[in-house]
Amino acid sequence: MSLIRFFSQNYAQVLQLTVEHLWLVGISTLFAMLIGIPLGIVIAHRRAWNKPVLTVANIIQTIPALALFGFLLPVPWLGARADRLAILALTLYALLPIIRNTYAGIRGVDAAVIEAGRGMGMTESQLLYQVELPLAASVILSGVRIAAVISVGLATIAAAIGAGGLGEFIFRGLAMVDDRVILAGAIPAAILALLADFAVGWVERRLRRP
Amino acid sequence: MYFVPYNFGQNCSLRYAGLMQGGNGAPVIEFRDVSYQVAGNQVLSGLNLQVERGETFILLGRSGSGKTTTLKLVNRLVAPTSGTILVNGQANDQTDVIRLRRGIGYVIQEAGLFPHFTVARNIGLVPKLAGWPGDRIRDKTRELLQLVGLPGEFAERYPHQLSGGQRQRVGVARALAADPQILLMDEPFAALDPLTRDELQREFLLLQQRLNKTVLFVTHDLREALRLGSRIALMEAGKLVTVLTPQEFVKSDDRWAAAYVRAFGSGLESAANRGPA
Repeated sequence: MSLIRFFSQNYAQVLQLTVEHLWLVGISTLFAMLIGIPLGIVIAHRRAWNKPVLTVANIIQTIPALALFGFLLPVPWLGARADRLAILALTLYALLPIIRNTYAGIRGVDAAVIEAGRGMGMTESQLLYQVELPLAASVILSGVRIAAVISVGLATIAAAIGAGGLGEFIFRGLAMVDDRVILAGAIPAAILALLADFAVGWVERRLRRP
Repeated sequence: MYFVPYNFGQNCSLRYAGLMQGGNGAPVIEFRDVSYQVAGNQVLSGLNLQVERGETFILLGRSGSGKTTTLKLVNRLVAPTSGTILVNGQANDQTDVIRLRRGIGYVIQEAGLFPHFTVARNIGLVPKLAGWPGDRIRDKTRELLQLVGLPGEFAERYPHQLSGGQRQRVGVARALAADPQILLMDEPFAALDPLTRDELQREFLLLQQRLNKTVLFVTHDLREALRLGSRIALMEAGKLVTVLTPQEFVKSDDRWAAAYVRAFGSGLESAANRGPA
């Protein structure tokens, strides 16, 4: 009961932090797609590069989020604004699932189909845009979905460096030892994660249908 | 060039048949001392062969004998370690590889159709790449569906909605779309059930009688080779053993040819190619 009252009294702030949160997640996922999908395509075609690229992405993934935020804080341009820094860190975390799924999706396209296309005189870029990417699209998008859902959770930690988002409620609630305040951040974050999962999943299903 | 399938009369195919038997005129495909090596493995060595215009030239051999590699050398999906492959009298590494491939139809086992394209888009692929206008592609697609014996409403279906035999027919239609003079067929009927295979082989003969393409056809099935081929090249361990007509093949005392005939049992003489029944 008191939680509902808290929401109704602070709805403006809940809304504002949710929008901030969405912004952090949306922008970083977009950047990760812009970097990760081309990288995944490259390593799917140049097998020698796949180990180093995936290893680096894996190592980034193992750095604790709080530590990564801390590492990046002294970097000149980045450290000046907390949201820049948060977006960079979230982008780095989102890379691995996107690169890995793009790689797996393209490698998973039936070799006979590729060879038939090449044998009929398709250029490499025609093969990529007309065959490989459309056939790998649903696998790539499921990578994006994983990345987005992870980002929603990770972005709550961005509040620790003052980047805003729903993490503010969580950290404030922890400091105040007030469950209501923690839940005011955690519940919208959980809903966002579910919505992101559902939205990307919907696009994914649309694409899978021939 | 734009072909009209029903215009090929009997005369035309007889004339070509004569030409093919006599072997006059420049070969359409010629291998000169071609070897191919990969990772220290000698896949092909010292291959010499000539495919004449309008013939169905069979590459027969067991798995690993190098017959598929030989096929892929023609459209440069594989580049030789040494030697030259001439297509229409021109070394195939001296021409633009994309143009070379678009001028050669390619049919593979399981058809290799694009699963996300409709039958019509699959068939119209090469014409589309070549920049044909949409209505010409549509007409051509309809004509080809009819040619390979599929009803017109199949145009909007997806490959997964077709049977294996139907997919293979679409594969053949796709290879014929831009009216290439040369067809490369890599075990196109191997994955089909015996009845469907028989049906498609029979239709292949009829189609070939009408279209007179120069066909290079890979198979491991001697019966298929005898039935469809005008000449059969027997391959073993990356070498060309011998080139024989079907009638010669069944009587041959060549060690490998005889081994093949034994393995496939009796009654083969009647299976030897006498043209479409």
